[in-house]
Amino acid sequence: MFRFEDIKYKEILDIKQLTIPLHQITCIVGESGSGKTTLLRLLNKMISATEGEIYYHNTPLSSMDSIALRREIVMLPQTPVIFTGTVKDNLLIGLKFSEKTLQNDEKLIEILKMIDLNKPLEESIENLSGGEKQRLALGRVVLMEPEVFLLDEPSSALDEDTEKVVIEQFVHFSKQHNKTLIMVTHSKAIAQAYSDYQVEIKNGQVVSQKGE
Amino acid sequence: MDKVMDLQIWQMAAAYIFIIILLFIVRLRGIAREKEILISSVRMTLQLILTGYVLMYLFDNSNPFLTILMIAVMEVFAVYNIFKRVNVNLSQKLKKIIAISMVVGTTASLLYFIFVVINLSPWYNPRYFIPIAGMLIGNSMTGISLGVNRLVDGMTTQKHLIESSLMLGATPKVASKEIVDNAFDSAILPTINSMVGMGIVFLPGMMTGQILSGTSPVTAIGYQIAIMLGILGSVALTVILFVQLGYKTFFNEQQQLI
Ligand SMILES: Nc1ncnc2c1ncn2[C@@H]1O[C@H](COP(=O)(O)OP(=O)(O)OP(=O)(O)O)[C@@H](O)[C@H]1O
Ligand SMILES: [Mg+2]
Repeated sequence: MFRFEDIKYKEILDIKQLTIPLHQITCIVGESGSGKTTLLRLLNKMISATEGEIYYHNTPLSSMDSIALRREIVMLPQTPVIFTGTVKDNLLIGLKFSEKTLQNDEKLIEILKMIDLNKPLEESIENLSGGEKQRLALGRVVLMEPEVFLLDEPSSALDEDTEKVVIEQFVHFSKQHNKTLIMVTHSKAIAQAYSDYQVEIKNGQVVSQKGE
Repeated sequence: MDKVMDLQIWQMAAAYIFIIILLFIVRLRGIAREKEILISSVRMTLQLILTGYVLMYLFDNSNPFLTILMIAVMEVFAVYNIFKRVNVNLSQKLKKIIAISMVVGTTASLLYFIFVVINLSPWYNPRYFIPIAGMLIGNSMTGISLGVNRLVDGMTTQKHLIESSLMLGATPKVASKEIVDNAFDSAILPTINSMVGMGIVFLPGMMTGQILSGTSPVTAIGYQIAIMLGILGSVALTVILFVQLGYKTFFNEQQQLI
């Protein structure tokens, strides 16, 4: 699990005590500007706490190699970047960055199904809509099969139906492979439906953490 | 080099009158650049006169220490000029990297040139050493200024791209590769472009000067080719050093973007 001990990040976060279980689905909720993204970025060491320590498997994050950690704990940012090239290029780039072995087209097509993206692999990304790009970025992260997924509003650009299909498949995948999923979401419905554990942030503080 | 034609005072004066005519035109057209034109003309004159006397002294008192001192002064001036010329904020660390890249890159190129290409003897002969150093340092200074601007600009405006790559497990080197390559390109392109047009579109300043002062065009061209290759090498070397060391200053030891 992740364990926070007296964490402060600048004036933004102030968390006395927080644990996030592994191999489960945790949803982080809270109003805009409350510090949800900042919390996720602490977990993969995009930033480091200004005070206190976060433990992962009982090892302090500060003593772990950032690059290796980010290959194990992969984050999908709130506004994902799509790189120039094709759908295929964009799926594979995560594997390239993290120096993992590339996957064959069959596997890629499987991922496209999972994110409900009905496009050929060689399609140029210029033709994709905002929501399609968001799903593509999600697919790229799935392909990397990390131990922990950090998803920051993965379905903000999707309509309700697509959102349901995609999140459902993703949750299924995560459970099936015994992964840890930590997801920031605005959607009460999603938090209700899928989370094993819920953390609510308000003004940079944890106001509730509970298992369903 | 026998029938060299010295410019007379009145001929120099005529050249200034040319500028005064230009000033009138500029004023008539209402372009507010009179002050800059005037100041830069006067500054150039004073600097060159001073340089002329310094060079004359150096040539008459050929001495390795004086030559090295002169190069050191040029390097300091060049580095200072880069700091002044770039229109972005520079961190203390980046300033240090700029200075190191300039000094190491130009000195290495210069030594190769002096000892291997020209095989100068004595090696510190100021008549050759100083002008060649000036060409290499001056051009590297221009190249690195362009590179600094592009690198700092890219690292700030493309923050999001870099962070997204880091989140996918990229090393800082891989995450900033595109920006680093861009900075290198923009620094080296002017040198490459000027080589392409050389001799056809324009005669380079050094060669023009040599020919006007009596050197045979063939000799002048030989030097020009050698010096152009030297400039290209020196610019490329300083800029490579700069971008390869420079991008690292944007990350901390935890591989986070600062
Ligand atoms: N690098 C930073 N420097 C200073 N302040 C920051 C920085 N990053 C975020 N903040 C501020 O910290 C607060 C929390 O930001 P954060 O992005 O974590 O919010 P959030 O809960 O993800 O909001 P949203 O739901 O709108 O995405 C905000 O007030 C934000 O302006
Ligand atoms: Mg956010």
